[in-house]
Amino acid sequence: MSDNLYEQIGGETAVNAAVDIFYRKVLADDRINQFFDGVDMEQQAAKQKGFLTFAFGGPNNYTGKDMRDGHAHLVARGLNDSHFDAVMENLGNTLKELNVPDELIGRAAAIAESVRDDVLGR
Amino acid sequence: MIKYEGRNYSLDQNETVLDCLLRHGIAPPYSCKSGLCHTCLMRATQGTPTSDSQKGLKQSQISQNYFLGCACVPNEFMDITLPNSEAFRSITTVLNIAQLNDSVLRLRLKKPDNFNYFAGQYVTIYNNNGIGRSYSLASVPGTDDFLEFHIQVIPNGTVSNWIKQAVSVDDSITIGEAIGSGIYTNDNLKQSIALIGTGTGLAPLYGILRTALLKQHKGDIRLYHGSRSSANLYLQDALQQLANEHSAFTYIPCISGAEPLPEALTAGRANDVALKDIVNFKKWRVYLCGNADMVKASKRSIFLAGASMQDISADPFAHA
Ligand code: HEM
Repeated sequence: MSDNLYEQIGGETAVNAAVDIFYRKVLADDRINQFFDGVDMEQQAAKQKGFLTFAFGGPNNYTGKDMRDGHAHLVARGLNDSHFDAVMENLGNTLKELNVPDELIGRAAAIAESVRDDVLGR
Repeated sequence: MIKYEGRNYSLDQNETVLDCLLRHGIAPPYSCKSGLCHTCLMRATQGTPTSDSQKGLKQSQISQNYFLGCACVPNEFMDITLPNSEAFRSITTVLNIAQLNDSVLRLRLKKPDNFNYFAGQYVTIYNNNGIGRSYSLASVPGTDDFLEFHIQVIPNGTVSNWIKQAVSVDDSITIGEAIGSGIYTNDNLKQSIALIGTGTGLAPLYGILRTALLKQHKGDIRLYHGSRSSANLYLQDALQQLANEHSAFTYIPCISGAEPLPEALTAGRANDVALKDIVNFKKWRVYLCGNADMVKASKRSIFLAGASMQDISADPFAHA
């Protein structure tokens, strides 16, 4: 079996299945949805795809610097660890809902964790 | 080889359309370069995009040859435009102007040769000073041999007032090409469809509705047309007629202002009535048109009520 997380989770099909569920959770989550207000939903959904592909270790060209730059305006608006934790929680719940095994969820979470400092601008 | 704005560019081995344009100093909008963010959306007016470059796009975009420049290594000649480029204009003739209600005009134009469109798309109409405003098409290609628009006449509206006051039958008028992805795609004939619009947001919905009926759509189709007062509704008879002829189609005119209503009309805003009625939008295809605030708010609430983002088309009007 491949040890490529992205392929094990189900590749692009999995990302497509996850994006609606994940984004719905984020928009319904009062701890963090203020950051997503005013962002065009369609573009935002495409960006969520970027987020999920990244977390699944899939093909992307995002760098730590991109994460830093891409969230700097949110850090200026108060983005902190508690918001990051909320996103992690929504990610985990999304994957559970899609019946992804715990071990793979843990690996996706670890990838997302690895950019915490970049996202939070530290 | 690709063509962009009238000039040809040769691609290197395995080069993407986006990279080729960037290498030649052309800077179309782009961001992730991995086929994810959709910023570099382009359209081929000649040639067929590779299937790789259409992954993740909506069916309606695919059928119009939209593709992602960063994911397209062409295997044939392609002529490329950016989504909202106004490169194409045609001059056509006014066939008919009629009053649909106190403030809405029905404008029918001759369909120029080579003018292709899908029901539900919109077109820029230019006044004699070259000022343009977008109007949705209410006509159906193949069925109607004219282009039909519903024009809300807005006090001080530059183009709408010009149409009302200065345009008459047989006049020439300049229009842009048809754009927009809120179109009917018959990839799933059994899917339920909700059409939700306010004011002249009915125009594209009327085209989409008739296209769906024409294609023998099997799923439920529910049209919620919202208006402040019953005097501002229009096309009621035609829509009721369609509902009588097609059991799967239901017409629900909604009035948001306070007035005593006959039984045929429902009290409330169209989007609120639809949400209360349908409750769970999972697996629904949804079209939203008209008032920009309504469209924006409904897009969110209907997504939260279970519709997939891929299945929601939203067409906010600047004035409606
Ligand atoms: C696990 C860590 C995270 C990763 C890997 C990540 C990844 C991304 C990516 C790839 C984009 C799209 C960039 C682009 O293509 O333009 C993005 C945008 C965005 N992210 Fe994150 N993100 C993370 C955490 C968060 C958190 C904690 C929040 C807020 C609660 C957040 C809110 C946003 C917003 C609002 C945007 C859109 C920005 C805009 O367009 O204005 N992200 N993120």
